[in-house]
Amino acid sequence: MSLSAPSEQSALDVDDLHVTFGNPRRGSLIRAVDGVSFSVRRGEIFGVIGESGSGKSTLGRCLVGLLSPSGGGVLHDGIDPFRFSRPELNRHRRKYQIVSQDPNAAFDPRMTILQSICEPLNIAGEGTRAERREKAFAMLDRVSLAAEMANRYPHEISGGQKQRANIARALMLDPNVIVCDEVVAALDVSIQADMLNLFARLQEQFGLTYVFISHDLRVVSHISDRVAVMYFGKIVEVGPAHAVIETPLHPYTEALRSAEPEIDPTAADARQRIILQGEIPSAIAPPSGCRFHTRCPRVRDICRTQEPRQRELLPGRHVACHFAEEMLGEKERNGLGLAGGNGADHAASATNAMT
Amino acid sequence: MQQLAETTMAGPDTLLDIQNLTLSLRDQSGWVEVLNNVSLSVKPKEILGVVGESGCGKSMTALSILRLLPPRDSRLGGKILFGGQNLVACSESQMNRIRGRHISMIFQEPMSALDPVFTVGYQIEETLQRHFKLDRREAAERAIAALDSVGIASPRHVATLYPMNLSGGMRQRVMIAMALVCEPRLLIADEPTTALDVTIQAQIMDLLLGLADRTGTAIMFITHNLGLVAQSCHRMVTMYAGQVVEGGPVRDVIAGPRHPYTAGLLHSIPDSNRARGTLPSIAGRVPSLRHMPKGCRFGPRCSYSMQPCELPQNIENEGIDDLDRREVRCNRWEELALRGVGA
Repeated sequence: MSLSAPSEQSALDVDDLHVTFGNPRRGSLIRAVDGVSFSVRRGEIFGVIGESGSGKSTLGRCLVGLLSPSGGGVLHDGIDPFRFSRPELNRHRRKYQIVSQDPNAAFDPRMTILQSICEPLNIAGEGTRAERREKAFAMLDRVSLAAEMANRYPHEISGGQKQRANIARALMLDPNVIVCDEVVAALDVSIQADMLNLFARLQEQFGLTYVFISHDLRVVSHISDRVAVMYFGKIVEVGPAHAVIETPLHPYTEALRSAEPEIDPTAADARQRIILQGEIPSAIAPPSGCRFHTRCPRVRDICRTQEPRQRELLPGRHVACHFAEEMLGEKERNGLGLAGGNGADHAASATNAMT
Repeated sequence: MQQLAETTMAGPDTLLDIQNLTLSLRDQSGWVEVLNNVSLSVKPKEILGVVGESGCGKSMTALSILRLLPPRDSRLGGKILFGGQNLVACSESQMNRIRGRHISMIFQEPMSALDPVFTVGYQIEETLQRHFKLDRREAAERAIAALDSVGIASPRHVATLYPMNLSGGMRQRVMIAMALVCEPRLLIADEPTTALDVTIQAQIMDLLLGLADRTGTAIMFITHNLGLVAQSCHRMVTMYAGQVVEGGPVRDVIAGPRHPYTAGLLHSIPDSNRARGTLPSIAGRVPSLRHMPKGCRFGPRCSYSMQPCELPQNIENEGIDDLDRREVRCNRWEELALRGVGA
């Protein structure tokens, strides 16, 4: 099931991961993450796309050790963090940070920004007070926040500034991996652009590995090297970011792509619109067979009974759909470039799509 | 000022015609101007997009039209002509006859707009009974028909449910049913899909546009999502810091924006058709209401700002007829020749 064997370069190896909530005896078992496997290389930006209820945030929390898996596992640089004792896990987790969506909820309203940013070091017991402060100011500078912001309280600064401070705090313990869970969702578009640029710059400066979780296809495809599309606890498609977005091989990815409003009117005219019916089904009673069958525009009998197997259709592209080969055939007949995710290919496929 | 008055000359076929609207609100430290000389118009059956960042006055314009601001702490100036009637001068009882009947509104967060202690069926009936002479049974039937028209699978059952029993997408469908049940002439939709997932957003937009088309309702569509505007609106206006800074047919504005702010919004959206790299962004943030720049309000954030920008900028407009008229509040738009998106 593993998408690639654990190798020396991977920062994260996720193998058949399950996270469940609730009690099976009371019939309220929710499989939030249900058999997910992937690897993230060191220095890679791995995007996870999904709607609310797809299990992407649960996955993110499990990746940094905030939730324990109920089955399968996560390896951090080849090490299983869930074998550690509590104090060991707490120490280990410092290198695996998570930044979440709502910066307002991430700060204690009674602490200044500086106090909040120093807190991880206080807890870790690293450095003297002066050293901690010095490091905090250095990190504020890295996220382009003026030093005078340090003594303000959270309510005195804007949402964008708070999110920057949030990132500065995550950087304080020199993490290897940062899980970014909907980090730009609450921000205006111009500030969102700033923030995405900041993430890209920090990644280069610190050699970070990101898992970038978002419902926004544009955001994820802009920043990521590879993306995984999640639906109802499972990954339905993984591959190079541009290839997955431009030529989806799973009907769900295709529908997501089509639901994204297009700004360029010529591109919008050329595109086929797919509007999915229905909503994400109830988590307590998941659909039989393929979980997407209740909303899938390509649904056939087999989908209702048999769960599709995930397979590699093109190098690095894994899809879980009974008819993925058929979709691949269609796209090849339409002459869409499927091979790569580089700019040239991608421009070519965009032109083709328009004609 | 003279120039401004001219731009608001709208044709006789205009449904909503806002002329030099100003709004001031009062808080602990006194009065502050929130809207400054806002002029815009909506024609019958037209879909007008209003875009801008948070704090630009989009929602305040909407609340002013429906006069939903606290009367003691707000002051309106200028005119809001709706079918020839000036809403600024209307009494509260006149407004009550207009609200929900001729102009209705959908809010971003349906949970806060629906009453948690009444069933959704009852809330739609209430709207109907306020404006039409209907008995309870007739109203109930029409409420169920309205729920059916927004694609709710078992409307008879859903009518008996409370808002908390419904998902976000379903609540927004109920809001749309309620807003359109009286077949108003104007619907103000304030970020109606922002809280929803993208596949649900597509469903709701499709539904909203289809229904408005059938009932002949015009829509003033407030959003920060330029993609949605491109996809669904005929004309658009960009608002910045309480002013309209640009307006025109959607395709023209997107292909060739004239105000640097509109251009900045367009280019800061990540685009999968563009190679990965640094996204152009707009530096800084919307100025605080109490510290408005004297000249061009966008000046401090504008990368093209020069000395003449320190003077107040007037709306310049051109266009043969009303439909393709463009307006821009930037004195330098001609020399800037800003780049747009697409052809």
